[in-house]
Amino acid sequence: MAATVTLQIDGQSITVAAGTTLLNAAAMAGATVPTICYHEHCTANALCRLCVVEVEGARVLAPACVASVAEGMRVHTRNERVERSRRTILEMLHSASDVSEAPEIQQQLDDYHANRERFGGGERREAEVIDDNPMYIRDYSKCILCWRCVQVCAADAQFTYAINFSGRGFETSISTFFEQSLTDSSCVFCGQCVGVCPTGALKPKREWLLEQGQAPADILDATRGPGKKRRERK
Amino acid sequence: MAPTASSSIIHLTTAAQPHIDNPGHSGLLPALIKAQKQNGYISKPVAAEIARVLQVPLAEVYGVIEFYALLYKEPTATRVIRICGDPACAIAGGHAALEAVCASLGVSPNTATADGGFMVERSPCLGLCDQAPAAMVNDMALGCIPVAVPAAIIAAKSLAKPAVVGGSLRHLTRRCGTGATPSLAAYTTDGGYSALTKAVQQLTPAAVIAELKSSGLVGRGGAAFPTGVKWESAANASGTEKYIVCNADESEPGTFKDRILMEDDPHAVLEGMALAGYACGAQRGYLYVRAEYPHAQQRLAAAIAEAAAGGYLGNNLLGSKFCFDIELRSGAGAYICGEETALFESIEGKRGFPRVKPPFPTTAGLFGKPTVVNNVETLCNVPLIIGAGAAAYRMHGTEKSPGSKLFCLSGDVARPGLYEVPFGVTLRTILDEMAGGVSGGTLQAVLFGGAAGAFATAAHLDVPMTFEDLRKADLPLGSGVVMVFNHTRNLRSVLEGLAHFFAEESCGKCYPCQLGTVRQHEILGRVAAGHARAGDKELLADVGWTMLDASLCGLGQTAATATLSAIKLWPELFAPNGQAQTARTS
Repeated sequence: MAATVTLQIDGQSITVAAGTTLLNAAAMAGATVPTICYHEHCTANALCRLCVVEVEGARVLAPACVASVAEGMRVHTRNERVERSRRTILEMLHSASDVSEAPEIQQQLDDYHANRERFGGGERREAEVIDDNPMYIRDYSKCILCWRCVQVCAADAQFTYAINFSGRGFETSISTFFEQSLTDSSCVFCGQCVGVCPTGALKPKREWLLEQGQAPADILDATRGPGKKRRERK
Repeated sequence: MAPTASSSIIHLTTAAQPHIDNPGHSGLLPALIKAQKQNGYISKPVAAEIARVLQVPLAEVYGVIEFYALLYKEPTATRVIRICGDPACAIAGGHAALEAVCASLGVSPNTATADGGFMVERSPCLGLCDQAPAAMVNDMALGCIPVAVPAAIIAAKSLAKPAVVGGSLRHLTRRCGTGATPSLAAYTTDGGYSALTKAVQQLTPAAVIAELKSSGLVGRGGAAFPTGVKWESAANASGTEKYIVCNADESEPGTFKDRILMEDDPHAVLEGMALAGYACGAQRGYLYVRAEYPHAQQRLAAAIAEAAAGGYLGNNLLGSKFCFDIELRSGAGAYICGEETALFESIEGKRGFPRVKPPFPTTAGLFGKPTVVNNVETLCNVPLIIGAGAAAYRMHGTEKSPGSKLFCLSGDVARPGLYEVPFGVTLRTILDEMAGGVSGGTLQAVLFGGAAGAFATAAHLDVPMTFEDLRKADLPLGSGVVMVFNHTRNLRSVLEGLAHFFAEESCGKCYPCQLGTVRQHEILGRVAAGHARAGDKELLADVGWTMLDASLCGLGQTAATATLSAIKLWPELFAPNGQAQTARTS
């Protein structure tokens, strides 16, 4: 295989290393391709499909996060066809989950002139906040199923395997074994899942309690683990 | 009564033993299916025990239980009655039967009677569309259920007649429709296994592939990929560990061809798989059959045992150096597992999420190894081609579409059934001359190719059934579905039913399909209820094109093709209330 590949991105010719993803090639060509599920430290699963681009001659759009460059490829990162899919995905996502605490998605909704009310009245992901441990809360009404938390809990980082999925299709949710409390699961409270969550569905408990209007001293009392008190210096 | 946790753990550990030679994830689905069968559900302690024995993380075991519709985490009932609600059964009274059975038992769907005796569910297509309406009571698949007699449905009584198998060319189906499954002796007497014998004793694997390529056979699962090219790619792939997978997860609403082939001619499927194994250098085959096909599973299991005892499977088969075994695997209720990479995930004991392609199966498929995955009908063609030669095979059909094709006729047709014809006959010939024409009225529409297909009308009756002509007519051959709707049928309800199916069966991995199938169902629900809003047609088009263009796999990419074809043919169906509510509303 040749070491480099020359292709056209939005009419601009560019030469990149073979095996480069279209997402990275587009960035080198100065084109911004939006993403939601993609995270540079996670395995790319190409599931949000916001990064789809048009490759001339291909039957369907290509997910830029995983599709590789090929010699002579002609790629359009933002045309009418691409915009239709991105806008519709964003509109549907907005209609299903609470993305009010996802500034990047809010920006994308604006960028693509998405009508936030277009699918109004449709079924939403409603869930009670799960507050079962002193470290973080889980508010799955904000979950957009980007899978990052499951990935970092498993083979992408921590190898803890505390969480996976329940349900399927639209009814999919992130779950422990038989919905057991995180404190009963294999969770080691490393916090990596909270770190990669893009929507505030996973949130440090102290931050959440502050938002609920609790006083910092009460929060510290409520979230300090037993036996973690510092020994008084003599 | 559900056994106590401790006794079921002991029981299960024993039941899991046969799978311990295949430790880890791959043993998971068979173990869960056994636990489900033994206890009626999979309790938390039983799931934990399976996780421990197979060394699978607890949360993943739970994820798998939750993915498959026929695995339950809570007690179900002694008798679970599943009644098909997809289009062919719906127009034959499937919904009415469901309501009648629920009323008779005093329950609503998906809840068990207080004594735990009965539970009623709406089922996706059971592959008995030729005998609609269909039901499955525990492990018994029933066609032609008596809609007006709920007690008889609950008692698993069926009025099913023998399946109609017809057509003008009976090659693939020559042993089908007789009411008897040929034994190994009957199969070999009829020339069965002669192609495999010829191949392993006289032909090189390359010669088998060359014959297949010159036959022009393409896949019959819907994608129409050239089979010989696929085999060659797997044969040339590096590595010695390779697999043959037979995709018998036939779940496309309206499709029952593979069920009949498996039930009536199971050895032909095995012979096709063994030939694939010989040609590609694979030593192991997996035959993945949907859970809703218990009869087919039983007959295939018996045939595998017979073939192994007869020397047609196993080590050094037929005196050659070639070794090939077949393992039968059951699905557990998931249409998506008919997608080839989701099927691999399922065999590997995972949720049936389709994978990103590339890599393609022929280089990295099952267990990451080079894999050939073929549909049942495709594999049944192989012994015919190798036995009689490509030239003889090509004498039927057309230059670009050689051989024969199976069509599944259902809905408003006088003689629903399976029809085998050479490529090139018209839809009119199949429908009018063979299947007795439209019943109950005049032709309004044909759902062509499957739920993931497109609508055809009387204007398409003279299109020759070939890949090339259908492509020109913008109709997908799909899995050979011809579901007929007469002029009295409400197409809005049919569309709502199709949308219900896809919303239920989306795996939820990619956003366009996970969100789009639900939104499509909601919109078509209000259209069918007579509450269409201004702009609904445009909304459906945006959702549909987004699913088609941006979904990860074939399910999402085709979940709106029927809707999009209906928008093109009958835009008035989607008009808001008060406008153009004329035709097709009965």
